[in-house]
Order: sequence, then C-alpha cells, then structure tokens
Amino acid sequence: MKLKGAQIFIRSLIAEDVDTIFGYPGGAVLDIYDEIFKERLRHILVRHEQGGVHAADGYARATGRVGVCLVTSGPGATNTVTGIATAYMDSIPMVVFTGQVATPYIGTDAFQEADITGITRPCTKHNFLVRRVEDLEQTVHEAFHIARSGRPGPVLVDLPKDVMQAETDYPALSPSTFRDEETALHLDQDAIQRAYGMIKKSKRPVIMAGGGVIGAKAAEELRSFAESARIPVTATLMGIGGFPGTSPLWLGMPGMHGTYQANMAVSHCDLLVVAGARFSDRVTGKTATFAPKAKIIQIDIDAASIDKVVRTELPVVGDAKQALAFLNTLLANNHFYLPEEERKAWLGEIAQWKTEARRPLRRNGTIKPQEVIRTLSDLTGGDAIIATEVGQNQMWTAQHYCFTRPNTFLSSGGLGTMGYGFPAAIGAQVAFPERTVIDIAGDGSIQMNIQELATAVNYRLPVKVIILNNGHLGMVRQWQELFYGKRYSHTVLTKSPDFVKLAESYGAVGLRADKPEEVEPVLTQGLSLRETVVMDFTVDQEESVYPMVNPGASITEMRLY
Amino acid sequence: MIGKQSEERMKSKEQVLSLIVRNRPDVLARVAGIFSGRGFNIENISANITPDPGITRITIVTWGDTATVEKIEKQMKKLVDVRRVTHMNGEGSVRRELLLIRAALNNENEDEVIFLIEGLGGRIIQKDHGSCIAEFTGSSDDINGILNRLDGIGMEDLGRSGTVAL
Ligand SMILES: Cc1ncc(C[n+]2csc(CCOP(=O)(O)OP(=O)(O)O)c2C)c(N)n1
Repeated sequence: MKLKGAQIFIRSLIAEDVDTIFGYPGGAVLDIYDEIFKERLRHILVRHEQGGVHAADGYARATGRVGVCLVTSGPGATNTVTGIATAYMDSIPMVVFTGQVATPYIGTDAFQEADITGITRPCTKHNFLVRRVEDLEQTVHEAFHIARSGRPGPVLVDLPKDVMQAETDYPALSPSTFRDEETALHLDQDAIQRAYGMIKKSKRPVIMAGGGVIGAKAAEELRSFAESARIPVTATLMGIGGFPGTSPLWLGMPGMHGTYQANMAVSHCDLLVVAGARFSDRVTGKTATFAPKAKIIQIDIDAASIDKVVRTELPVVGDAKQALAFLNTLLANNHFYLPEEERKAWLGEIAQWKTEARRPLRRNGTIKPQEVIRTLSDLTGGDAIIATEVGQNQMWTAQHYCFTRPNTFLSSGGLGTMGYGFPAAIGAQVAFPERTVIDIAGDGSIQMNIQELATAVNYRLPVKVIILNNGHLGMVRQWQELFYGKRYSHTVLTKSPDFVKLAESYGAVGLRADKPEEVEPVLTQGLSLRETVVMDFTVDQEESVYPMVNPGASITEMRLY
Repeated sequence: MIGKQSEERMKSKEQVLSLIVRNRPDVLARVAGIFSGRGFNIENISANITPDPGITRITIVTWGDTATVEKIEKQMKKLVDVRRVTHMNGEGSVRRELLLIRAALNNENEDEVIFLIEGLGGRIIQKDHGSCIAEFTGSSDDINGILNRLDGIGMEDLGRSGTVAL
C-alpha cells in the first residue's frame, strides 16, 4: 500500500499512542494539517508556538507521557526554541515536529526557511531532518524512543514539505521494532549493596530527591525507602511532589530559597543519598561547603551528571525506581536495624531547626502572597495540579503549597522560563479535564503568554490563573533591593492591563481581591467555576522571598527575613 | 572533599579521544558542539569513514586534566550517534599527523632543500621548476620538530592535519 508522507506521519503518531498534539499551522505543514482534518486526531490550536511547546511540556509533566507539538517552518520553528530549551533543562520527554521547506530549497534562504536542526542542536537530546519519505516512519519511532528512554528529553524532527507529499510503501512497522537499542540498564547490584552498607552505618542521613525521581515514576519507592529507614527527605524544585509534603520526614526544598531545616540538615548530615538530581548552583550554593560532613551516594541514570559539580563517594548509574526498589528489598530482607537513639537525636535536631525557623507573616493590611498560596493549599487539599511562572510566585508556591503527589508541580526549574506556567497548565488540563489545574503567576510572567487565554476558553478548559500582582518584576526587584542599592531599574510594571477586564474580553471569568479578607472568598469562588478563571490578587509590593542564600554563599548562611 | 579539585588531579595535558560514530550528516557538528557548548577547547580534529561506510572515526585532541576529559567523554557518550569513546593516551596507542609543505626551489637551493626534506623522513610528492610539495608524518612533537628544522628553507605554504590515532 502506498501512502503519502503526511499520512504515514499521522499513522506513525497513532502507532505511538499519541492522542493529543499541540500545534499551529503554516504553509510547510499544510499536507499534515489536511490529514489531521481527515483523521480527526485531537489537535489543540494554540495562539503562539511557544505556548504549544510549553503545553506539550505541561502535558508530559502531568501525565509522564511524551508531549507532542507540531509547527510550521521558519518562524514557527524558531518560536519553539524557548519551549524546547525549557524541556531540555528539565529532562522532559517531548517530540517537536517542525515543517521545513521542500528539500530542493534547503540551504537557499527560501521563504520561511530556518536551519532549525542547527539552531536546536544544543538544546535537544537529538534531532532529525527527514530527507526521504522512506525514512519517515522509522524516524518518528526513533524520535519517540529517544525522547522517553534513559534521561528523557526533547527531540525535534524536521519535515520538508516535499517529503510529506511524496508517496512510498507503508509497512506499518510496530513501534517496538525500534526499541532494540533500548539501553537495558542493568542495575549495578554491587553498588546498591555498598549503598545499603553506608546507609546502615550512618547516624545522620538525608535523602535529596530531584526531578529524576518523578521522571522515573519512583515516588512510591522513595516514600517506602525513607519511611522504613526513617530518613528525612528534601527535594529540589524539580523533585517537589516526589515526596508527600504531609510526611513528618519532609524537610522542604534546599538551596537558595530552601527551608532552614533542609539547608541545615544537608549541611550537618553524615550521609546524603541523592536520587535524580544534578546539583544545580541554586541547590548547592558554594560547592566547597556543600554537605561538608557527608559522604554522598548519587543515583542517576545519566553518568554525565555524576561528579559533574560535586564529588560523590558512591555513584550508582541507573534508574532511580529500580535502585530504590532494590534498596527497599535489602532493607526488608535484612530487617534493617534502626539505631533508635541516634536516629531519634537526629530527627530531634531537625525538629528543633524547624521550630527555630518558624516565623509569622508580618501583616500590614495588604494581602500577603504567601497567604494566598497557603489558603489555596488548604482549599485544594494539596491535590491540584499547580503550574507556576518564574520568580517570587514560583518560590512561594514551592515553599507554601503542600504537594502530596508526583506530577502535580509543573515549573521551569532549569531554564527558569517566564511564560511557561500558563500554557503548561493548559497542557495539563487537556490531559486531565476533571482535575483542578492552576497556574500561579506574577503580573510580569503572565503577560509573556497571555494570548493563550483564547486557547483555554476555546477548548472550555477550566484552568485557573492566580496572579500575585505586586506591580513589579518581583524577584528582580528583590535582587535590586538586596544587591543593587534599591535602584529599581526597569522592574516597576506600570500600565499593566486590567486583568479582570482582559479575562472577560477573552471570554474567561475575571475576579479580583484587594484586601486580605477577600482572599478566601475569591479563591473559593474561582475554584468552584467550571470555566477559565483569572484571579488577580493585589499583594504587598514589598514582600520578598525568604529564607534566602546569597548567590555563591554557603547554604548555611541564610537570611531568614 | 566536595567541590575541591581532587588531590590526585593530574596536571593539564594533551588528551586524545577516539570516537566511533554513526556516519550521519551532522554528527561532526554535534560532537564539536559539545566542546563549544561546554567551554572545552579542541586542539585539532580529524574524521573519516571506516571500512564500514556507516561508521566514522573521529579523533580529537584536546587539552585538560583527567577530570575534564572524563566529563567530555561522558557528554560524548550521551550523543545518540556516538557508539564508542576511547581515551587514547595509553602506551599502546599510536598517534600521527600529516604535514604537507610547499617549498620554493631555485637552482641554488634545490639540492640542499631536497636533501633536508629527505633527511627528515619526508617524501617529495610533486615537483616542478619553481617549487615542490613534500609530506611528513609523525607525532605532534615530531611534526613540531620538523617544522623547526624546515624554517628558513623558503616554505611557501603548509597544511597540517589533525591527529589520527589507533
Ligand atoms: C523569559 C524570561 N525573561 C526574564 C527572566 C528574568 N526574570 C526572572 S524572575 C523575573 C521577574 C518575574 O516577575 P513576575 O512574573 O511579576 O513575578 P514575581 O517575581 O513578581 O512573582 C524576571 C524578569 C526570566 N526568568 N525569563
């Protein structure tokens, strides 16, 4: 049977179990769009390609599946770069399909030509330019395989227009044919045995979980490991949700805006078990004084992440789920003996740090952003899917929302992309129409992809946007306050739109809260609506994120407020 | 123990990496991109296919300490098209460069120049009335030495390849 490239493309997607693609059409991909029209594959039309990639990313983070995005050549393709780089930094499985000019025109500066494989080479796990229709099917399957295997990441496939129009035989190979190169990572059991020995000997252990725990779907194994060995757990921004915030063993996030107890625990522990984290400078602070007393066991699927920033005592290259499961078996089989007294002393010390750092919010008649998030956390029982933008809003969410499940915190950790949260929330809501999905935003960030309100309204997605409106690029203002003598150079956001009216003009619901007593009613009302809702909270302009570790300082040197 | 450079960390030195990669259009760009993107430097590079036309061997000479080269190696291994990375610093490996020079010839110097080239192990591969082209192979050090000795014979041009190692 001979089929057109565009048909083969769609069938290969369906063979990969793709049910949703986020996209934006254009000349180079019209053949594909014509097939989408006939096949009725679910396609979500966004309003900007960056929104499309972030939506695919949010879909991937919330579901654990591969997110898919389709755009046209040239400007369509270049508009995806920020979204691809965002996914790359956070190891999110995603395949981005870009249209390309017909092969005879490649390299001639043709209309809407961009060398997108060249442009995205440093921010994709791999990319392809499909030159022959005969290679198409195989390439699509390879792309999905690469995106989700090992350390996941975004893969780009560039599709020239003539390749989509050309015909060839369609053998309909099963996707599994392309998984032969599966890096069947067999776990280094020896290393785990040694890890077990070190854990048994340690008196003051801490576990630090990263995004890899969520990517590997290892949250259950982590919980069971921490609980049976009674080891306190901290999680990096990317690892949030990987361990229940309700657990007494939960320390909160470490690092620059980490909790006092997490940073003190890391700084005083004698053993740090790190799973799926890459030691970002935002986590370690000054590396020379990071976990100075600890032996470090690092479990990571990516050998290149080991010893990259911090030297480890024991590297375990492998899947976090397998590794933690094996540790759990060892604990169970050996009737893991808990050094009761010592562990009690350690957990007691941590409890002491927790109390020391507790401080009330200083009320002054304005809405405190932290309070908005705490109230939201209570109202949703910690069970919503929360996306964030970047800045203070992101850090306050990480600090004050009590996450209980993996895949519920969607945030751009590695690249720190403003404008990520709202489209990501749309992607998550598309995947889970019945769940509560919220984007927590700053008044700056929301304006970076606000056009996606039309997408949300168009598909009747009940996404909620909470704007912590402080009239500033808050996080940058905070740095200017602390490090640049309060010279607020271009961080005051004057002339923001009236977000309530703006929401209404898109066909969404707009709500506003100006006073502390309005917070709960507005949240309650907003959450109860099955519509797209924008809630604008006028919050204290002066509020900063604390604790804070100055860049380059040791994580024990915290400004608490 | 953390962050501090390891005590046994070796001094910076020349490091040779040999890569077995899939023969795909942009594989060289990807490999080179690892260096530029991560702030490592390529001293020289050479690439060509192997008896298997689907496979290319790339040899890269870089400069750094052992820890740096290990980081580079790990990053290389992550590339989808890279099959194998070997560190070629050991005793057992042979490293060679190719040097081509063009020397001006005239009636007075011709015998002397050709004598010198051949004395240094070179081979004349082309010769006409005004000039000759000669080739040399050897390790980087050999080639540097040869270039020193050839100084002053009226070299008009030279081409020097990257290192090939086995
Ligand atoms: C695309 C992009 N541009 C610039 C920045 C730098 N930046 C980081 S935080 C921030 C301020 C964010 O302000 P806002 O969205 O209002 O959030 P707030 O910090 O006030 O909560 C800026 C400009 C960024 N992270 N991303």
